[in-house]
Amino acid sequence: MRVATSLALVAAALFGTAAQAQVNVKIGVMNDMSGLYADISGPGALTAAKLAVDDFNPAAHGMKVEIVGADHQNKPDVGSNIARQWFDVDKVDVIVDVPTSSVALAVSDVTREKNKVFLVSGAAASDLTGPKCSPNTIHWTYDTWMLAHGTGTALVKTGGDTWYFLTADYAFGHALERDTAAVVTAAGGKVLGTVKHPLNTQDFSSFLLQAQSSKAKVIGLANAGGDTINAIKQGAEFGITAGGQQFAGLLVFVTDVNSLGLKTAQGLVLTETWYWDMNDANRAWTKRWQAERQGKFPSMVHAGVYSAVLHYLKAVAATKSAADGKAVVNQMKALPTEDSLFGKGSIRPDGRKIHPAYLFQVKKPEESKYPGDVYTVRATILAEEAFRPIKDGNCPMVTN
Amino acid sequence: MATLAAATPVRRETEWSVAVAGAALVILVIAAPFVLYPVFVMKALCFALFACAFNLLLGYVGLLSFGHALYFGWAGYLAAYSAKVWGLPPEFAVGFGTTAAAAAGLIAGVVAIRRQGIYFAMITLALAQMMYLVALRVPMTGGEDGIQAVPRGKLFGAFDLSNEMTMYAFVAAVVLAAFFLIYRIINSPFGEVLKAIRENEQRAVSLGYKTDDYKLVAFVLSATLAGLAGSLKALVFQLASLTDVHWTMSGEVVLMTLVGGLGTIFGPLVGAFLIDGMENYLSSFGQWVLVIQGAVFVICVLAFRRGIIGELAARLRVRL
Amino acid sequence: MFEVFGVPSQALFGQLLLGLINGSFYALLSLGLAVIFGMLNIINFTHGAQYMMGAFAAFLLLRHTGIGYWPSLVIVPIVIGAVGVGIERVFLKRIQKLDHLYGLILTFGLALIIEGLFRNYYGSSGQPYGVPESLQGGRNLGFMFLPNYRAWVIAFSFLVCLATWYAIERTRLGSYLRAATENPALVRAFGINVPRMVTLTYGFGVGLAGLAGVMAAPIYNVSPQMGSDIIIVVFAVVVIGGMGSIMGAIVTGFTLGIVEGLTKVFFPEASNTVIFMIMIIVLLIRPAGLFGRMA
Repeated sequence: MRVATSLALVAAALFGTAAQAQVNVKIGVMNDMSGLYADISGPGALTAAKLAVDDFNPAAHGMKVEIVGADHQNKPDVGSNIARQWFDVDKVDVIVDVPTSSVALAVSDVTREKNKVFLVSGAAASDLTGPKCSPNTIHWTYDTWMLAHGTGTALVKTGGDTWYFLTADYAFGHALERDTAAVVTAAGGKVLGTVKHPLNTQDFSSFLLQAQSSKAKVIGLANAGGDTINAIKQGAEFGITAGGQQFAGLLVFVTDVNSLGLKTAQGLVLTETWYWDMNDANRAWTKRWQAERQGKFPSMVHAGVYSAVLHYLKAVAATKSAADGKAVVNQMKALPTEDSLFGKGSIRPDGRKIHPAYLFQVKKPEESKYPGDVYTVRATILAEEAFRPIKDGNCPMVTN
Repeated sequence: MATLAAATPVRRETEWSVAVAGAALVILVIAAPFVLYPVFVMKALCFALFACAFNLLLGYVGLLSFGHALYFGWAGYLAAYSAKVWGLPPEFAVGFGTTAAAAAGLIAGVVAIRRQGIYFAMITLALAQMMYLVALRVPMTGGEDGIQAVPRGKLFGAFDLSNEMTMYAFVAAVVLAAFFLIYRIINSPFGEVLKAIRENEQRAVSLGYKTDDYKLVAFVLSATLAGLAGSLKALVFQLASLTDVHWTMSGEVVLMTLVGGLGTIFGPLVGAFLIDGMENYLSSFGQWVLVIQGAVFVICVLAFRRGIIGELAARLRVRL
Repeated sequence: MFEVFGVPSQALFGQLLLGLINGSFYALLSLGLAVIFGMLNIINFTHGAQYMMGAFAAFLLLRHTGIGYWPSLVIVPIVIGAVGVGIERVFLKRIQKLDHLYGLILTFGLALIIEGLFRNYYGSSGQPYGVPESLQGGRNLGFMFLPNYRAWVIAFSFLVCLATWYAIERTRLGSYLRAATENPALVRAFGINVPRMVTLTYGFGVGLAGLAGVMAAPIYNVSPQMGSDIIIVVFAVVVIGGMGSIMGAIVTGFTLGIVEGLTKVFFPEASNTVIFMIMIIVLLIRPAGLFGRMA
């Protein structure tokens, strides 16, 4: 009898401990905290991750979650260095965000090597779910194919059927131009010409002059950041939009629109996957986010971080461990996604997260009723159509 | 004309200080990977070599090159490319990168040596900036992405470098050997002529030395060793990117050398470890890196021109 | 309408005019640098950061006090010039006796500090600043549409450059300055306060940078990086023109702007390297620069 009781006690202790065994998860939010992408990503992504952890309520699942952050300064070697250190020394289980595609590609390699998880929200390269796809990486929020396709098709359909490209003369710019040109031609439009400008050009006047004389209805900006802002700002000066031509920003974020000011940016057409003012759920979340980030508005990248972290934690709760990156990613692909920001969605075998995209147009100054009111929704692109079809991606995981 | 590096006493009897410091260095290098994160130490070693190569030119010849990132970065690109695309084993990849840096150093040196002081600095800056713009556009370098997933390979066909400790042993051995080489260069008749040129070039000319030839050789040596550092770094990180050819990288090596001590043997080494460690520590507060770097520059120039090792050597009245 | 190497003459003239406009920025900025180096033998790497501060000052004046473009044109250079005076007093005086290269490193460090601080506080995205009402719009010149603001930029830069050149080369104050560079002790013996002249000259050069910043704010992106983006090119301009020569900086600035403009038409991808290539060639053939005098 006493043996049985002691055995029962021991058993209870063993099973009891197992049931109480905590799953520790450490999340690393790596992005640009001080440079070009600090506003669209940066500290705001940390806030978004914290909100996700709060909403998940780790205690209720027997988990303990910790968040750390780091600045990769948009440099691939800094990023890969931090990733290695995080995985080898600091016991980080998952890296989130990482804007700047070159850094994301480097981090993706390291993550695969160490069998952890990488959830990309900030970077754009569609290669991450294409030739460089990985069983440890999931690409959230957006990518270049989606942007090109969304903006390109929508504009051609609404009458913008002749295009002229202003392309940043490096790999990313070329890729943007190539993808968009393909979309435009497929939709029945025509590319009248292109001019390549050096990266980080201050003065676009001569390139704009060439665009103007082409008489194309749409001037496609296959560049990003400061180049896009300079081009649009100087375009206003040269009366581009007044002359009947339209700018299409192929990689423009809401933070760029704020830098330009509505007066200069009005009428600009662009594609994003989330906007704070689209519905009540988004607005409520934005209020919570703004508690830590006064005076700023969240971007789609922040929303993507929230959504990705939430889904990741759900997957870890199901697999009961964060150690095996591939296993967690497979679980994430098996579970359909659902959160207040992106609604219902799913993750494809190639690591691409699917959700709807929206065509936005920048409001005129007189149309903006309150701070942050910058976009009108022009069109909704369904999730199934928004992203590159899986068969076109050349992802080695899928073709095998 | 005020000389650039504070003159340190050159007394043969005090070579013991160098020997002691050298021994301490070897011990530290051997022990380090067991105490610190090996990848961090490897990175610091590569930068230390880079800084020592730079110091050879600035501290011992008195030529400030503001474009040394050219050799560091492009050697890295070529080593990475040859390892990844041509499948060269690591010793050949590193050799290829280093040789290319030597060639680049020769071409650049011939162009730049003809001018002194600020004009020399400006030419090196312009050359480096041009090669940065080329790196941005040429497909071989991968542009913004850089060359990624570079295989470390098997050293001499036998040692698998994907093992961190084996890689560390390789890097440490090469860096220490190069370091010793620099020491021998400085302490040779050739090195004495270089120092004479730094102190007073006119006088060296009047003594019959063809100073331009000496300066060119020093320049090529400096470029070659910087290239060695860059090639090693590309293999350590398995990545070669634009950061390594950007002019801010040229600025960083100036910073490391200044902080450590211009014209000292161990100065650049200490400076490299310090600056690297500082950046590592600060990466969580990334915003302040730029400000702190700038502040260090300012403080060093105003109050701390001899650098850490320079101050130490002066206080102890030894040669370091 | 004729064609030059496949480019219609209309487009060509348009690009030449645009090149001239860019050239006026280069001239204005390199003028400040040339004044500082020519008079003081200081290589002012902080020039780009001071240019950026000028643009930000204009933005801040507008944002917080409602003071617009025209008063800013006067206020901002004075403010930035005062900052320059402060820098000279606190930092540069101390290293006067050292090798030039220390000055380069010091001003480089100051540039990093300034850019870092602005970046921390304002982020990297850039601030909005519009073209002033009175200069908006433009006129159709037949071969191109010239915004009024750009025409203003050419005219005003040209005026400032001419005035500065005149002040330094043709007035008494200017001659004191030039003498003080060559032989400070002797000039001091004549009772002229040389250190104060040095300080004020540095302030003036910096003020010019600030002025260029205000003029750039309406058309270029006002961001903390705007200085470092442009500084290397401006250095190249000054080196080509001759580091001590005022006229050299002005002429080279305008000329290189035109050359760059032409490159943008015929070979746009090379438009940011062409200035460096010219610099290397000039340095090899005529190391003192086209108009310079070797110290």
